[in-house]
Amino acid sequence: MSEEATFEKVKSIVVEQLGVDEKEVKMDAAYIDDLGADSLDIVELIMAFEEEFNIEIPDDVAEKIKTVKDTVEYIEKEKKA
Amino acid sequence: MLLTGKTAIVTGGSRGIGRAVALALAKAGANVAIIYAGNTAAAEETKQLVQDQGVQVLALQCDVADETAVTDMVKTVKDQFGSVDILVNNAGITRDGLLMRMKAADWQDVLDTNLTGVYHCTKAVSKLMMKQRHGAIVNLSSVVGETGNAGQANYAAAKAGILGFTKAVAKELASRNIRVNAVAPGYVETDMTAVLTEAAREEMLRSIPLGRAATAEDVAQAVLFLVSDASSYITGQVLNVDGGMVM
Repeated sequence: MSEEATFEKVKSIVVEQLGVDEKEVKMDAAYIDDLGADSLDIVELIMAFEEEFNIEIPDDVAEKIKTVKDTVEYIEKEKKA
Repeated sequence: MLLTGKTAIVTGGSRGIGRAVALALAKAGANVAIIYAGNTAAAEETKQLVQDQGVQVLALQCDVADETAVTDMVKTVKDQFGSVDILVNNAGITRDGLLMRMKAADWQDVLDTNLTGVYHCTKAVSKLMMKQRHGAIVNLSSVVGETGNAGQANYAAAKAGILGFTKAVAKELASRNIRVNAVAPGYVETDMTAVLTEAAREEMLRSIPLGRAATAEDVAQAVLFLVSDASSYITGQVLNVDGGMVM
């Protein structure tokens, strides 16, 4: 899967989970500051990413994932590993 | 009716307080999943009583101390009824004995079922409730968790643990419109207390201002209140149903 495809999938999860407009979910958008997520939303997002991409996101990594870009980069890195 | 169209999971639902709760929720219109550890005959009897109320019912055997079993159980209920709106964590066991004589296994078994079981069930159900943006959870504690009781260090520890758990989770889930409360019964006439000696029973009754033991139905009515919209502004609370034992 290309980085573009990963981004599209991440975007659709974020749109569904946070109920935001697709246009708002840009690569540099921050979940809390730009998309209005709270701490529970972040937990739900992380769990949804884990399920969708069949990866494990450890707590120390999850803490550092602040933006859509952080998410896509981590997933891409995991896929290559 | 109060709970028409809602789905409730009641652990320890085959007998005692659990059966009374299952029945009270069914009378209020909820579909009920009765979760039981091993007494199939009692579970079938309760299932029939619930069914007679004209609601849908499931009876599922599940050890609440087993995380995988709990996850599967919640999925089965969700697939069958479409949602889980209410969870009543009632499953509990006793392994009484003075601390000096209490075996580690007796300590662990009680903690596993009475406290860790509450964690497993609440965690599994809260995932669904968070998506639904509503839910009501009631945990059965005990006055023993507030006052202690000689011979029940394990049980009292688990029941006190439930109170802390209830308040922490109430804070975590409040923003998703999920309420979490505890009910602390005093002395209730069930199979669990039928083993007490006559002397212990009389001693107990003397300490109850209302002068009688609770029935399982007394407790079930408090649970019904806390899972219904009648208590929609109440969360993180402990409701004692103890005839005034603890004030």
